[in-house]
Amino acid sequence: MNREVAISVRELTKRFGDFTAVNAITFDVMQGEIFGFLGANGAGKTTAMRMLCGLSFPTSGSATVGGYDLATDPEKIKRSIGYMSQKFSLYDDLSIVENIRYYGGIYGLSDREIKDKTDQLLHTLHLEDQAKAMTGSLPLGWKQKIAFSVAMVHQPKVVFLDEPTGGVDPVTRREFWTMIYEAAHAGTTVFVTTHYMDEAEYCDRVCIMVDGRIEALDTPDRLKDQFKSANMEGVFIQLARKATRTDG
Amino acid sequence: MRALRILLEKEFRQIFRNPAILRLMFMMPTIQLLLLPLAADYEVKQVKVCVVDFDRSSYSQRLVHKVTSTDYFQLVDYTDSYDKALRYVESDEADVVLQIPEGFEKHLVKENEVTVFMALNAINGVKANLGGAYLRTIINDFNGEVRVEWLQPHGMNAQPVIGVEAINWYNPLMNYKIYMVPGILVILVTMVGGFLSALNIVKEKEAGTIEQINVTPIHKYQFVLGKLIPFWVLGLVILTIGLIISWLAYGIVPVGSLLTIYIFAAVYLLAVLGMGLGVSTLANNQQQAMLLSFFLMMIFILLGGLYTSIDSMPRWAQVFTWFNPVTYFIEVMRMVVLKGSSLFDIRWHIAIVFLMAIVLNGFAVFNYRKRS
Repeated sequence: MNREVAISVRELTKRFGDFTAVNAITFDVMQGEIFGFLGANGAGKTTAMRMLCGLSFPTSGSATVGGYDLATDPEKIKRSIGYMSQKFSLYDDLSIVENIRYYGGIYGLSDREIKDKTDQLLHTLHLEDQAKAMTGSLPLGWKQKIAFSVAMVHQPKVVFLDEPTGGVDPVTRREFWTMIYEAAHAGTTVFVTTHYMDEAEYCDRVCIMVDGRIEALDTPDRLKDQFKSANMEGVFIQLARKATRTDG
Repeated sequence: MRALRILLEKEFRQIFRNPAILRLMFMMPTIQLLLLPLAADYEVKQVKVCVVDFDRSSYSQRLVHKVTSTDYFQLVDYTDSYDKALRYVESDEADVVLQIPEGFEKHLVKENEVTVFMALNAINGVKANLGGAYLRTIINDFNGEVRVEWLQPHGMNAQPVIGVEAINWYNPLMNYKIYMVPGILVILVTMVGGFLSALNIVKEKEAGTIEQINVTPIHKYQFVLGKLIPFWVLGLVILTIGLIISWLAYGIVPVGSLLTIYIFAAVYLLAVLGMGLGVSTLANNQQQAMLLSFFLMMIFILLGGLYTSIDSMPRWAQVFTWFNPVTYFIEVMRMVVLKGSSLFDIRWHIAIVFLMAIVLNGFAVFNYRKRS
């Protein structure tokens, strides 16, 4: 596997008034790695991710994504990342094909490329006969898979997924993770937040945030050893119990 | 450029897929233009008058007859009890009480002077004012008539009378519809442009799709243009529908050139849409956007000179209207539609509104943040 650094974060901090949402976090993510970002609600996962995507200004600290500096080259970063937010982010009143065309077009894909991408995507998701259906009429699991494909439409170096499988059935979650593996095999770095501990097991490395700080960062196996737990759930509960922040 | 084309393609697709917007585009101009001119009628007809006649003489009868023979007054009752008349006013059955005193005829003939009493129900201020004014005019007329009659048998001329003949330029029949309809068209274009553009971006904020756009390398100006152009086209379509309706329903054909109207409207819409987009950058959800737009629209429209004359506003309000784009469009519409003003005549209007467009859109682009 290519061991080039895809994301490098140093002392990254975000404060909202007196509240420190993200407290001086430091880590590196390698190219092609599946990096799991865990934490209780309000631990600061989404805020950290939003800073790395260039949606939110860091209060202090620095980071590079895809080799570009977050402070000086945010627009170049945007060209090389994909992002799938917690909220469903496709247009309900556009068809699958139109959604792909819209986001593909914004990233500067040519008509030819958009058409190829669309055909390929409909084929892998087995949605050929749904191509013209309005996205709003599809089940959530399908929508999430399409949203992931759309986030990948411009073949980004890094893709950020914020709780991509929230509210999705186990079978679809399985399929979703197959897509994530395929993307990682093709060399894309996957930065994913989740609340499902079985999904944490699928990650190459896992980072657990508590109250805006990183409390643990290692492969799932080594974390389980370290915390003497049979599964990631035990690890997570031991760490998350330390949290002093209340939800919301 | 390609990105902009993709953005426009998507916006138009969504508009044409939204039956509510399409319906609104046709129904709003039709209904507003057919209904509002009726409501904005300044002529007061059917003022209900109750006459209290304590004299019951031939002159008093003649005065009453003169009052009730016009379209403007409707006789509720002819009585000799003031209390009864008051009760009519209290129960809202009468707007005006005309009281003719005892000895009306005697005083008029002998002393050449008499006072009649007029009581107005001022709850409806406009009706009271105009009703009172009409009544005063009729009584004056009556006064003149009587005098002329008395003087003529003596072979003398009546008091020299100066007659006033008025000609109403640009609207010879003083048809208030011709005056109101162009202004209502302006309100229409303003509301549609302002509301739709304000709600559109906020809708993307609510749906979360704006986040998805903000992580793309798209430029702010491309995004704003992508939102501006569709509603600009929509505004011009509404204007066209409105002009057709005012021609079909009221026979109003602009005296000036249509091109002049469209050129001004094109610039004007930029300003209104800029305001809408500015609102959408300030609001976090559709409710906020709606309330803020409503607040701005109310002020702009009521101080725009459609319903009330700007010349009669207090000085500070007049100064405010200099910064109100609606004022300029209403003025231009009336100038071009009624008087046939040319592009050259409205050059300052265009320049000022264009400046407003730059400021408002500049604010919208500046205030639209891809990053927080």
